[in-house]
Amino acid sequence: MLARTFAATAVALTLGGAGLAQDQSILVQSTTSTANSGLYDYLLPIFEGKTGIKVNVVAVGTGQAIKNAENCDGDLLLVHAKPAEEKFVADGYGTMRTDLMYNDFVVVGPEADPAGVAGMNDVEGALKKIAEAKAPFASRGDDSGTHKAEKALWKKAGVDPAEGSGDWYRETGSGMGATLNAGIGMGAYVLTDRATWISFDNKQDYRIEVEGDEDMFNQYGVIPVNPEKCPSVKAEAAQTFADWLLSDEGQEAIAGYKVDGQQLFFPNAPDK
Amino acid sequence: MHSIGDSFALALQLVLSGDADLLAIVLLSLRVSLTATALACLIGLPVGALVAISRFRGRNGVLILMNALMGLPPVVVGLLLYLQFSRSGPLGFLGLLYTPTAMIVAQTVLIAPIVAALSRQVLEDLHTEYAEQFRSLCLTRLQTVRALLWDARYSLLTVGLAGFGRAVAEVGAVIIVGGNIDHLTRVMTTAIALETSKGDLALALALGIILLTIALGVNAAVQSVRMTAARYAYV
Repeated sequence: MLARTFAATAVALTLGGAGLAQDQSILVQSTTSTANSGLYDYLLPIFEGKTGIKVNVVAVGTGQAIKNAENCDGDLLLVHAKPAEEKFVADGYGTMRTDLMYNDFVVVGPEADPAGVAGMNDVEGALKKIAEAKAPFASRGDDSGTHKAEKALWKKAGVDPAEGSGDWYRETGSGMGATLNAGIGMGAYVLTDRATWISFDNKQDYRIEVEGDEDMFNQYGVIPVNPEKCPSVKAEAAQTFADWLLSDEGQEAIAGYKVDGQQLFFPNAPDK
Repeated sequence: MHSIGDSFALALQLVLSGDADLLAIVLLSLRVSLTATALACLIGLPVGALVAISRFRGRNGVLILMNALMGLPPVVVGLLLYLQFSRSGPLGFLGLLYTPTAMIVAQTVLIAPIVAALSRQVLEDLHTEYAEQFRSLCLTRLQTVRALLWDARYSLLTVGLAGFGRAVAEVGAVIIVGGNIDHLTRVMTTAIALETSKGDLALALALGIILLTIALGVNAAVQSVRMTAARYAYV
């Protein structure tokens, strides 16, 4: 309790002493969807204007972001793969993981819909149909948060897509946008987070085929990197940013970000 | 689908509007790649010259290695330097990861072998031509190198441009050690990769057209310097 009060005071002091923090900057290791969808371009100026702390973002897949943070190359982690995040904290690399916001995954596909999955809301059933039809499916194949989620869905569907690897199951080994570009180029189904999809500009005749399954819930978490493991991290400034994201003001800002009138991320930080 | 014409129009519009972000990205691209080219020439030209005029055991092996290093994959250079510059790496204490300095180092490593290998070939051909004359003048090794470098200066400009071309066009190394951070380490190529992944192909292509134009401008500038110098040399 005492520690908490102390932390709160420290944060209050940091926020109050914006002048002191003027030339401070922190580095966020982030998943790509939050950067590609424009969320940071919207959020960061608000935070920077308030605190004077400059936030630099390196946007890579969740797997790579976690590895970079484990190498102490970042002050804060913002990703979406809860089991990997919990392991990151358990291994001592992060101080604490907190739910930040969520959206959901969707399966997009061409209008022709070769596997006949349009309108389904049972994602495992849809994946089974895609596998049975041997309809092309483009996978991230890069150990990102979306790739981890996709693998879990295949497992639940009882299908081993690796058998179709190079045939109908195509692992691009690249980011979400690059995979969408490749998938659309070859008429393949793609599992993507909704934020990236809504803000993606090269949709062509693609549309959302499968959505609304509880299993496609996509939770984002925020974790400050532990200064005990990484003495070089700017722990205080990183904590200030995390606290702001999780505060009512930060959560409202997240909810306020819209593309084409659609909200991309839904804040769900626990009540303090 | 977007047409290339749309992208040309967009490129023109971006340039004419004097977009501050675009200008910063262009300037950083030039700063990183020109500095890397200068450093690569400082390292590569003397090495190329020394190997060109020397005869030693294992020389063939060195030549093969130099030529092979011209094909260094940028992403491998980026990865190797990431491991050095990472906070948990041996040079982590320098705090260079995700800075323009790290990007300059990466591109220098990438193109120094190109400058060395190409200049070695140019200088060796010239040396064969002049060898007897040099011998009769009893030039020291240092004097020989200086005479060769000066005499071959116009060909070596082209060598430098080959290095610059490789540096300004690569994306694999700078995206790993630079991180493509907005307003800090974003250069033309990483911006193009980013816009492509956002699916904004028209903007990505427009940036590509601007990058090509810049490369054209740098080459034209070098060419005009060379022609002016040549004119004065022969008056």
